[in-house]
Amino acid sequence: MYRYDEIDREFLADRANEFRLQVGRRLAGEITEDQFKPLRLMNGLYLQLHAYMLRIAVPYGSMDSRQMRALADIARRYDRGYGHFTTRQNIQFNWTKLADAPDMLDALAAVDMHAIQTSGNCIRNTTSDPFAGATAEEVDDPRVWCEVIRQWSTLHPEFSYLPRKFKIAVTAADHDRAAVKVHDIGLILKRGDDGSLGFEVFVGGGQGRTPYVAPSIRKHLPVDQLLSYLEAILRVYNRHGRRDNIYKARIKILVSSLGAEEFTRQVEEEWSKIDVAAANLPDTELARIRAAFAPLPFQALPATSEAFEAAKADPAFARFARNNVRAHKQPGYAVVVVSLKKVGDTPGDASADQMDLVADLAETHSLDDIRVTHEQNLVLPHVKLDAVPTVYAALAAAGLATPNIDLASDIIACPGLDYCALANARAIPVAQDIAARFDDDRADLVGELKIKISGCINACGHHHVGHIGILGVDKKGEEFYQLSLGGSGAEDASLAQILGPAVPANRVADAVDTLVETYLTQRSGEERFLDTFRRVGLAPFKEAVYAEAH
Amino acid sequence: MPKLIKRDADGQFAAAEDAFIDIREEDGVPAAIPGNGPVILSLARFQEEGDALLSGGRQVGVRIASNEAIEDLAYDLPRLALVALEFPKYRDGRAYTSARLLRERFGYTGEIRAVGDVLREQAGFMVRCGIDAFEVSDGSSPEEWAAATHRYRHVYQRAADSRAPAWKERA
Ligand code: SF4
Repeated sequence: MYRYDEIDREFLADRANEFRLQVGRRLAGEITEDQFKPLRLMNGLYLQLHAYMLRIAVPYGSMDSRQMRALADIARRYDRGYGHFTTRQNIQFNWTKLADAPDMLDALAAVDMHAIQTSGNCIRNTTSDPFAGATAEEVDDPRVWCEVIRQWSTLHPEFSYLPRKFKIAVTAADHDRAAVKVHDIGLILKRGDDGSLGFEVFVGGGQGRTPYVAPSIRKHLPVDQLLSYLEAILRVYNRHGRRDNIYKARIKILVSSLGAEEFTRQVEEEWSKIDVAAANLPDTELARIRAAFAPLPFQALPATSEAFEAAKADPAFARFARNNVRAHKQPGYAVVVVSLKKVGDTPGDASADQMDLVADLAETHSLDDIRVTHEQNLVLPHVKLDAVPTVYAALAAAGLATPNIDLASDIIACPGLDYCALANARAIPVAQDIAARFDDDRADLVGELKIKISGCINACGHHHVGHIGILGVDKKGEEFYQLSLGGSGAEDASLAQILGPAVPANRVADAVDTLVETYLTQRSGEERFLDTFRRVGLAPFKEAVYAEAH
Repeated sequence: MPKLIKRDADGQFAAAEDAFIDIREEDGVPAAIPGNGPVILSLARFQEEGDALLSGGRQVGVRIASNEAIEDLAYDLPRLALVALEFPKYRDGRAYTSARLLRERFGYTGEIRAVGDVLREQAGFMVRCGIDAFEVSDGSSPEEWAAATHRYRHVYQRAADSRAPAWKERA
């Protein structure tokens, strides 16, 4: 993985020092909260319902054991012993004290981490495929390009005061694990007809109150042209994106109001005027960054492992192997997904002890590599098949081996009304209620089912792209939930359709139950919930849920 | 009177006298243009009256609102004494693009002045985009402005200034 050098470190030190001065001025009363707000937001420090929340960047969801241990340490020292992994592959601490924030940033800087651009109307942390460098599906390592974007976008002098926040995702596999089509810019690495590497460029996707699946504006952008082309897109947006209405300020609104064709024309015209030789990164620097993602020292191993196969005699392990273990490009290795979705727990939360354990396992068994997924789980990307039973046992003992990846209890939920100042309704208890309906057997029987819950229209819980999406709404001071069906954030991206009138909190889990039972009776063959929905449509689901309400 | 800070060719910041009178509308009525001293006009006013004022030998600068296209000024640049870029709110980042285009696309070497909500926290970005005069609105002294500009020992990307990005430092 990419290692910070002296330049990166000095930059972080300067950043942490600047913030310490700003917090000092605030604590001394030299500046007001109004003046301080934009400064703290530049460093990922939000004021939430009960406390400050510090959001820490995990660039493209990738970290090593040293960094994970530092997060555990911060959780113990400055929070309540846990942290929350987010749908942006970041981590946030929900119980931060203002006076501690500078020390937290210093502790982060000591392990090459920071909170830069985790809030504000700037280019946010670039997200990527959590299986990058491990999956055989990819045509190139997307992290190379994420790192290129990280450096280019860090304190970008022209693009730090955009109309609104800006999110970029990169993937290089057919199977999209990064939801690229619901990002401001989604980049899919592909080989062109001539074999050359290029990006298909999608612009103007997004969630929030007006969701869009991004249109493709360029089929094949040669990879070495990336930065000049991004500059063109961002410049068109910076100049023409709306600034009069916060709800219409994202690039998706600009793209949809101009039309994809006209937007593309403007980008291409701007691009033609840019001195691309100066704007693109030189090959030498690309090569330096690429070297940081060189193939790891994998051992030559047989493709199957006796120890792994033998362990399947234990049905619990067999289930884990089926649901949480994925194919690796290197024979004899596997990708192990660590579930942060234990039934009854808060989705995405990890305790300090759990973080330490994952760090230990990564160091011993996963070439010191850890990933965060946008579905709020962790990944040990390079585990020898022989070691999977050992890793499983350790995870199981710590409550991290719930065999539910991509299943009904692997729910994405935003912090909702338990923490978030913008929320209409709680999301976490709803997720817990639903998860409780799906024990391991039933979850397995139902198969892939992505349930996503947001506590308000801002859609941090990605409900628009849930197979079942759930949105908290406020009805005269009471928490209600609007259900929608048929969304997907993957390669077959689509937006979910609203099922019908919102239901009260105590009816949500029942309604989901009914939806699932309806699916099971309608399912043909191996169809996923999403496929059945796409085949039979909304009607049978709607009937079933609202018939019961009478 | 807002303070004016200027950055010289050696990158030093100093307080400067402002000889220009900024001609603004008052209650929707264009203010009269006094005497024959240097003035700053809005783009619309410049397009109407600029030629006459310039041929009278007057120094003229143009103020560009954040929603105006800097391209509209391209042919006039050699005649201008300065270009003032308006930041109606510090959060409005359009003028950064205007500044870069002036320097990088149109090769403008004259004064680019930031006016409006001009805060110390933005100093580094402004300088990097090619702005070299600052009508500060937060009372910053030249020393404070310089300190804010030099806060970071490194930058990661090419812009309109001469700073070497990280990749160049590494090479
Ligand atoms: S979706 Fe709404 S409630 Fe949930 S985290 Fe985002 S802003 Fe807060």
